[in-house]
Amino acid sequence: MSAVIPYISKPHPVTGVTNAKFGIWLFLASEVMLFGALFSAYIVLRVGAETWPLGSEYLSVPWAFANTVVLITSSLTMVMSWAALQMNNFAKYKKYMGATVLLSFGFLIIKYIEYSAKFHHGYFPANNTFLAIYFTMTGLHGIHVLGGIIVNGYLLFPGSKMWHTEPERFAGRVECAGLYWHFVDLVWIFLFPVLYLL
Amino acid sequence: MSSHHEEGFIRKYIFSTDHKVIGIQYGLGAMFFLLMGFGLMLMMRWQIAFPGKSIPIIGKFLTQDGILSPELYNQFGAMHGTIMVFLGVVPMAVGAFGNYLLPLQVGAQDMAFPKLNMASFWVFFVGGLVMLYSFLLPGGAAQSGWTSYPPLSNIAPAGQTAWLIGMVFLITSSLLGSVNIIVTAVQLRVPGLSFFRLPFLVWAQLVTSFLLLLAFPPLEAAGVLQLMDRVFGTSFFMPSGLVVSGQALEVAGGGNPLLWQHLFWFLAHPEVYVLILPALGIVAEIVVTNTRKPLYGYNTAVYAIVFLGFMSFIVWAHHMFMTGMGTAMSAFFQATTMIISIPSVIVLTVLLLTLWGASIRFTVPMLFALAFLPMFAIGGLTGLPLGLTASDIYLHDTYYVIGHFHYVVAPGTLMALMGGVYHWYPKVTGRMFNKTLGKLHFWGTLIGMNGIFAPMFFIGMAGVSRRLYDSTIYEMARSVQPLNVIMTYSSWLLAAAQVLFLINIFASLRKPKEAAADNPWEATTLEWAAPTPPLPHQNFAEPLEAYRGPYEYNTTSREFAPSTYRRPKPCQR
Repeated sequence: MSAVIPYISKPHPVTGVTNAKFGIWLFLASEVMLFGALFSAYIVLRVGAETWPLGSEYLSVPWAFANTVVLITSSLTMVMSWAALQMNNFAKYKKYMGATVLLSFGFLIIKYIEYSAKFHHGYFPANNTFLAIYFTMTGLHGIHVLGGIIVNGYLLFPGSKMWHTEPERFAGRVECAGLYWHFVDLVWIFLFPVLYLL
Repeated sequence: MSSHHEEGFIRKYIFSTDHKVIGIQYGLGAMFFLLMGFGLMLMMRWQIAFPGKSIPIIGKFLTQDGILSPELYNQFGAMHGTIMVFLGVVPMAVGAFGNYLLPLQVGAQDMAFPKLNMASFWVFFVGGLVMLYSFLLPGGAAQSGWTSYPPLSNIAPAGQTAWLIGMVFLITSSLLGSVNIIVTAVQLRVPGLSFFRLPFLVWAQLVTSFLLLLAFPPLEAAGVLQLMDRVFGTSFFMPSGLVVSGQALEVAGGGNPLLWQHLFWFLAHPEVYVLILPALGIVAEIVVTNTRKPLYGYNTAVYAIVFLGFMSFIVWAHHMFMTGMGTAMSAFFQATTMIISIPSVIVLTVLLLTLWGASIRFTVPMLFALAFLPMFAIGGLTGLPLGLTASDIYLHDTYYVIGHFHYVVAPGTLMALMGGVYHWYPKVTGRMFNKTLGKLHFWGTLIGMNGIFAPMFFIGMAGVSRRLYDSTIYEMARSVQPLNVIMTYSSWLLAAAQVLFLINIFASLRKPKEAAADNPWEATTLEWAAPTPPLPHQNFAEPLEAYRGPYEYNTTSREFAPSTYRRPKPCQR
């Protein structure tokens, strides 16, 4: 016994979106406010600081650049997986979604290498405000990547059964996960220049 | 819908996905926390009125001599604010009223995301448990005020960390809830129920949810930063060269304590409107039903609250005039604060003009709604001197501020919520409450609340600071000390009135169900078209369609007979 809720797989005729897609956009709006607040905090702290180190004094620009490439590629494979579903090619979907999850793990591994190098050099969040904001923002972003891996992993293995019963709804789920994943990607596109290059 | 297999107790009442059960869960949880926050306040009020005397009966459970210690006073103060705002009023106004009524008022069978709805309640529950647990930690609960200003909060005992973790849970819960409410209100309206046919309460919940959605994340960010400060020793909010108790703190420094205040008030000012908007919506529903008239200027009121929601994001620093952030900033926020008072006045005027020319039914909920109007007006108008920089310099951080915002939230929002409980009680339970007890509750509440909060303006204008454990140590506060005693006695009256309330709503459940209780107030909105109580997971017996606006009362012209009017003779057979 459960309630009948319209517009789960078909879009609403007036708004043109499904419930889930509307919901994910609202969620992303709140995420923009979350990271927006942190970027604002960064600006306030930096403007008020007597000295502010150049990012590359502490951080490794090549590793971060590699990570940027990894994350953008994963966004690409994410779109390809959704496109494969639109073309009714489930095997291709599995391949691209698998690649997305693998690339996300690659991002976290590189992040792990970076973090351990910092700790090895004795760079900790308590050292100064620059390192504090670096660890906080990249850490929070890392948690978001982890969340994306969990969702995408679910859609890759147990959740993909839905394709055989409700294909339209499943494609909708992949699309929503994709929107989230592009957002996570976008946050990194801002983090990379702000923390490493400026 | 024909599958009628019974759900087990746990699925039906504990981990339910039915918006009505979740709404009641929120309501009971919020009621528990409201009473708890009130209990903390009763103990603080004893100490303020009779400093250094041991609290009767319960005092010996708190401390050895029964006197509320300064540390406990600070904890109770911080937790009273936190509990009342984040665990009491918001879960009641948005969690309980929003969850229960919004799907019914738009004609939906449930919220758009029922499982997410259940998750949001249980995340709230965990947040509440963390907050309660913090009282048991060494050093006690958070004690830096509900605003948790650093650097004080950064060096406070462990309870502050629990406060931050609890807040992260509560923020997440509000976030999930607000996404659900917005999607439900926009996507699940029945055919014919266009945006300008929505009941005003739905509009109020919609705007409220946008505020929760967009204003809460910055506090989450601030909470994460303070957690980093406390757990990993960073210095986001710690300036260089900080000396505590004669000892230099061993932190890197370079942080900015004002940053916390900006992030905090960026949430906490919209939060004020989160507290008041659902109350305005509830009052509007009660007023139109009992005046038998359409809402005077419905469209104007809707545009006003949308504008109010937008403006509430650019007034936050009027809480910070005294921080030395500069005259240009202060002037800007003073101007926006004056502007935001306009839409609130518009909504209040709309409600007042609805009363004009009405033949009012003085039901119990209507008494609460009628009392709300002047109480909210007092709360709003006393806010103007605080929004103007010149007068704020004198009034800042005095009891005047406490009086102002309590008039908005306690005799304002809380009385609207109580009226709402009475108004929808017959729909939720299928029974009518006891009207005499309801009226006694109303008068006790009205007199008690005014007895508590009106003297605060005078104490505040006498210059008494809001944070004093024992204000009689100051000469100028001793002359107004008798007012503090009156306030404490009033708080007992208020407590006694709430006992009547609890007896009424729980004892009335034992009455037999009334057959004709589907629409006892003869109201027009969709929730009254549902069976009583609305069907589980379905709400309505059959699909609905809306053909009219929300408040079409007295649509036929009124009958009247002038003296010169002669009744026509009956036709001869």
